[in-house]
Amino acid sequence: MAEAAIAETPAAEAQAPLLAVNNIEVVYNDVILVLRGLSLEVPKGRIVALLGANGAGKSTTLKAISGLLKTEDGEITRGTVVYDGQVLNAMDPGAIVRRGVFQVMEGRRIIQDMTVHENLRLGAHTRPHDSQVARDIQMVYGYFPRLKERTGLAGYLSGGEQQMLAIGRALMARPRLILMDEPSMGLSPLLVREVFGIIRKLNEDLGITILLVEQNARMALEVASYGYIMESGKVVLDGTADDLRTNEDVKEFYLGGGGEQRKSFKNIKSFKRRKRWL
Amino acid sequence: MDAFLLQLLVNGVIVGMLYGVVGMAFVLIYKASQVVNFAQGEFLLIGAWVCWWTLTEFDIPFVFGFLITLVFMFVLGVLIQVVVLRPLIGEPIISVIMVTIGLSIFFQSLLNWMFGVFAQPFPRIFETPSMEIFGLQVQTVYVMSMFVSVAIMAAFAWFFKASKTGLAMRATAFDQQAAQSLGISVRHVFATAWAISAMVSAVAGVVVGVVNGVSSALSFFGIKVFPAVILGGLDSIIGAVVGGLIIGLLENLAAYVDVDLQWGNMQRIAPFYALILILMIKPYGLFGTRDIERV
Ligand SMILES: Nc1ncnc2c1ncn2[C@@H]1O[C@H](COP(=O)(O)OP(=O)(O)OP(=O)(O)O)[C@@H](O)[C@H]1O
Ligand SMILES: [Mg+2]
Repeated sequence: MAEAAIAETPAAEAQAPLLAVNNIEVVYNDVILVLRGLSLEVPKGRIVALLGANGAGKSTTLKAISGLLKTEDGEITRGTVVYDGQVLNAMDPGAIVRRGVFQVMEGRRIIQDMTVHENLRLGAHTRPHDSQVARDIQMVYGYFPRLKERTGLAGYLSGGEQQMLAIGRALMARPRLILMDEPSMGLSPLLVREVFGIIRKLNEDLGITILLVEQNARMALEVASYGYIMESGKVVLDGTADDLRTNEDVKEFYLGGGGEQRKSFKNIKSFKRRKRWL
Repeated sequence: MDAFLLQLLVNGVIVGMLYGVVGMAFVLIYKASQVVNFAQGEFLLIGAWVCWWTLTEFDIPFVFGFLITLVFMFVLGVLIQVVVLRPLIGEPIISVIMVTIGLSIFFQSLLNWMFGVFAQPFPRIFETPSMEIFGLQVQTVYVMSMFVSVAIMAAFAWFFKASKTGLAMRATAFDQQAAQSLGISVRHVFATAWAISAMVSAVAGVVVGVVNGVSSALSFFGIKVFPAVILGGLDSIIGAVVGGLIIGLLENLAAYVDVDLQWGNMQRIAPFYALILILMIKPYGLFGTRDIERV
């Protein structure tokens, strides 16, 4: 599957991918089958995009990796999630964060009644709170100078600033793999560009591997080196970002799409989300 | 101002601070785990009895009895959370409430059975039973009570602002799943909330026990925390303190009215009149959170 990506850099050839999801099946509430044999690989140091329509199971895939599935009464009933040689299936989210896998959840989910600084400290929850944490907070401010100026509650930040805080908070955990769920959601095109620029920079500067879930396929394929496209719980297409960008089907379904359609998707989404978050 | 009124106001502040302390303990559990703990008053009772028992049984200095009580309450709080409440996660709120009411009845009966129904005085703790402050005769235990209350409040403030566990607790209160995505263990947070809540309530229980003697009346003291926290807003720590002070003052002003106008037992019921009034006009309390809404 990921051969194309690996072939690009011969050095990576012998290496096992940092993350391998092997043929997993995920069931919610013991009955709702959402992922039906999904496999993907994320090589170390890369950005890999996971694309698909609403309800395809993208977020579910990320939660299966990060262990958050267990907080929603979901379960991996078949297959394995292997990260850095270890099977993550049975681990709780805390243990997985400690191993260096951090999910930036859809909708940012920052703690709104806490300050920016407190949110960043929370990101370092799995680390000892020492002087290194203070230094890392300064590093995050270096990437997001705008956050430094905001001294009030995080709930009053703009959508873009909240997304930056969510990413900054992830950095505080010193992750090796970030699972990023729709960072462009609800942002203006200019901000989307900025956020994606930052994602690329984190990957290049800090060597953080990123699995990027996106509705905005065009932007995602610009920063990613490889992409998977999923539909109703399965990968239906994968290839290098360049191949996917030029693929006719992908163009038609994910890159072309009129603004009209996207708008209606959004409505469905926010409705569904509210229901799920209760 | 006549001396009697002044005395009552001072009492009001001192008792109100204690309500505030127990209120904070109550809010801690509610905020962290959304459990309305109807057994909060029993924590006071248990704490006071345990402390009384260690002091009278082993004849040790007060400080040691007090420390033993704290350790005991910590363990008890964790045990109750793990054994009784953890299996109920995800059950309807009403079931959880019924269980805490059950706990309350269980502990009351158990303690009545173990220690009897009569009030028992604490062994003497202070050499001088009262001291003069600004020409006002104040019992030493009251002064201690003030110190203890302020110290606990300061500790809470520090805990939630600066400590890792405190931050984790606030995050869990705001968004459990997001907290878990940061690697916070919600189980750990719940257990810690119960442990701290039980310990802090026990401190209040010991203080009131030292003043009035230990008896099941202590859990009635705990019940008055409800008007306090509902006035302050169920999920606000600061609200609990302000609410506690207001209820304490109100109660003592009612006592003044009782004596002056011979209206009967206003002191006992005033807090509950206040409770009904608050629920009618400001159901979220003075400091209850409204979520930050932004589009
Ligand atoms: N906690 C849950 N319990 C039951 N079903 C769920 C749960 N979460 C998601 N689902 C269902 O699983 C399917 C996939 O959801 P998922 O959130 O993974 O999709 P997605 O690809 O992330 O969609 P979107 O682009 O809208 O975020 C949907 O049909 C959804 O209704
Ligand atoms: Mg999603």
